[in-house]
Amino acid sequence: MPRTIPDNSVPAAAAASDALETRDMLLNVGPAHPAMHGIIRIVARLDGEQIVDADVDIGYLHRGFEKMSETVDYNGVIPYTDRLNYVSPLINNVGYCMAVEKLLGISVPERCHYIRVIVSEISRLTDHLTCVGASAMELGAFTVFLYMIKAREYLWELVESVTGARLTVSYCRVGGVKADLPEGFAEQCAKAFEETRRVLAESDALLTRNRIFVDRMSGTGKISAEEAVSYGITGPFLRASGVPYDVRKDCPYASYDRLEFDVPVGTRGDNFDRYLVRMEEMQQSMRIVEQALRDMPPGPFQASPQTGRSLPASEMVDQGKVGNIPAIRDACAVTDPTLDGSAKPLHVSIATAEKRVFLPPKEDTYGNIEGLMQHFKLVMYGHGARPPKGEVYFAVEGANGELGFYVVSDGGNTPYRVRVRPPCFAIMSALPKLVVGDMMADLTPTFGSINMIGGELDR
Amino acid sequence: MSGDAGFVTSRLDEAVGWARKYSIFQYPFVTACCGMEYMATACSHYDIDRFGAGLPRFSPRQADVLFVVGTISQKMAPVLKRIYDQMAEPKWVVSFGVCTCTGGFYDNYATLMGIDTIIPVDIYIPGCPPRPEYVLDGLLKLQAKIQAQHESGTRPAPEPRPELELEPWMPQR
Amino acid sequence: MDAAALIQALTERFPDAVRSSHAYRGDATIVVSREALLDLARALKGDAAFQMNFLMDLTAVDFSTFGKKPSSAFFASSGVAVRPSAELPDEHPWPGPPRVPNAAAALGAPPGPARFVVVYHFFSLPLKHRLRVEVPLEENDAEVDSVTSLWAGADWLEREVWDMFGIRFRGHANLKRILTYEQFVGHPLRKDYPVNKRQPLIGPDGHASDHS
Repeated sequence: MPRTIPDNSVPAAAAASDALETRDMLLNVGPAHPAMHGIIRIVARLDGEQIVDADVDIGYLHRGFEKMSETVDYNGVIPYTDRLNYVSPLINNVGYCMAVEKLLGISVPERCHYIRVIVSEISRLTDHLTCVGASAMELGAFTVFLYMIKAREYLWELVESVTGARLTVSYCRVGGVKADLPEGFAEQCAKAFEETRRVLAESDALLTRNRIFVDRMSGTGKISAEEAVSYGITGPFLRASGVPYDVRKDCPYASYDRLEFDVPVGTRGDNFDRYLVRMEEMQQSMRIVEQALRDMPPGPFQASPQTGRSLPASEMVDQGKVGNIPAIRDACAVTDPTLDGSAKPLHVSIATAEKRVFLPPKEDTYGNIEGLMQHFKLVMYGHGARPPKGEVYFAVEGANGELGFYVVSDGGNTPYRVRVRPPCFAIMSALPKLVVGDMMADLTPTFGSINMIGGELDR
Repeated sequence: MSGDAGFVTSRLDEAVGWARKYSIFQYPFVTACCGMEYMATACSHYDIDRFGAGLPRFSPRQADVLFVVGTISQKMAPVLKRIYDQMAEPKWVVSFGVCTCTGGFYDNYATLMGIDTIIPVDIYIPGCPPRPEYVLDGLLKLQAKIQAQHESGTRPAPEPRPELELEPWMPQR
Repeated sequence: MDAAALIQALTERFPDAVRSSHAYRGDATIVVSREALLDLARALKGDAAFQMNFLMDLTAVDFSTFGKKPSSAFFASSGVAVRPSAELPDEHPWPGPPRVPNAAAALGAPPGPARFVVVYHFFSLPLKHRLRVEVPLEENDAEVDSVTSLWAGADWLEREVWDMFGIRFRGHANLKRILTYEQFVGHPLRKDYPVNKRQPLIGPDGHASDHS
């Protein structure tokens, strides 16, 4: 609750002017505050309505991600990464898995790279939609929020058809992805993008030339390019200040170097530019997905149709229990989003050739002893892949900027240390700098444009 | 039941419960991932307003139902307790997501192992995060509970949960 | 500059400061003594040859149980050991955790293992190269110079390292806890801190009354 505390430590500077007392005021905002869609605490020192100093307190969502990572095996960290930046979990999955793959020294098939790009960009869309929608809502544009969440809903349905979950997806695996894209994905994607484009056009019409919106966003929360770099700020926030740094362009990973897209750059480094950069990035993300769907190398599913019949993964479990091996051998598990269905012929195109890392297809797990052993050696408690000793750092472009994973292995089955470089940590550390000199009411758009995500900030 | 007076009070209870359950003012105490699904539930696609719980109040003094949405860390726990204490009776608490129910898979130094260790909880909606359909189901169950509640019902103190015995085969930490 | 050239340039520029280096998996890494850190950081930021304008990350690793971690499971050593596949030759081996010269080393003994290693990740936007700098520290003297004067972003990162590992940063103006709370005792990411040792502020086991 906002509560004013008279600050007694400040000497009564107003003693000279005995008529008016102009003492500074301390205003405590948070950690649970209606104008903040996140739990942080800001103690602002106010001179009238102007912020002269601000102290930011974080850590209210510290859940020990890095400590928990040291207690589970390498694949077991993936669910924890979902909950770092929970608005774009797929990018976290991709970043972590690629870091571990670098540590292991393995490569994944081309199609897997494209799938990872597609899901990352869909995640970036949902993230930017939530960010722009929520910050517009806080400035009173509730309609935009409803529209954008509606668009996000279409994209989440898309994500659900691929991964089986709306939000906490755990889709990537070390050495591949859980399952290939489902049938009819391209059409479904085109439909969802059509809706998203309509929402973006409507929101653009409602906001971009809206006098109230522009007045509150333009010129507030300014930061220069040099300062932003000094704080380690990356992502759309940095690009709005005019620095065209994008991990996808500058240190390309997966298949970004083969895809064509533009990096929008702002000039003034204020809240309005950040809004414009995010709006344009959404268009670019859709462009990337459409290219990737067009250029993606076909999996064997398309190349050589599977003979035999399709068997739902759940039924395959039952067949395996009664020892009906031929029924499994002659069948092909349906890639079904809720169970870890595999469709064996698809495996070659989405998983690494390194058998000691990636889970075997379900047909092998239930159908022959080697597959069963391989599965158990990877999933049983205390087992799992054991990478060689070493340390790596791998960065991907998260929705808020450079999302880096630093992984140290001591040759055991659990990571020795997993460190995530959270992009919004750097941005939040610059918050005092951003708001000092602005009015108290400008805190809301500035905080909105930071896109603070507690899971990523506090981990 | 003692004649006509009992009949009147029970009818009154029913009427009060009916009015209360369809005019829920909720306080969304949103901390983490579950907030995304809370947003989805509250917005037009799933539309929680159909059930008379569409108006979030961001002041605990105006709210009847505290939605605790997302992991509560040890650092956040005193804040949650304070907000609960600021709410006026009658009040209900919904524990949204598995972290608030039991702590979920964050069994570590930083996380509170379920909010029912500090405040009483009326409805648990587990799931990581629960789907909007699941949240709406939880809301309906809460409405049934509100309907059935008597005017003078006092809230029992939460029972401490038994300490888990570590078997030898369990991971010893 | 690629990793080998970068290491080469740094070794020539700072022959005394750079203790060892490696390029495991292509990540250029140098190990420096803490006395040389600030000079090196200044040169990394200012020199035209390096231009490391980003301090991307600053963290630490507690190496106290490295390689001797008791497995929490019955099947201690039955995981699947993975070696790099043939198409990715392991030309840059990892030399192991950095070591720190201690009192015994002065008498000719090899330097002992360092308990803590502070890890800096730098990135140069103009030249597009990355560098990892590691500063090994001993347990009873875990202190290193702060780089907040060079990169403003180091402020919170150093606070986090202090909070999680208890490593002090000399010259940091505001070194206090950031992710945990003031009443928290110990440093959770140290290997000797049990993962589920809780210090609740309120509730049945809370100690709010002791501290308020």
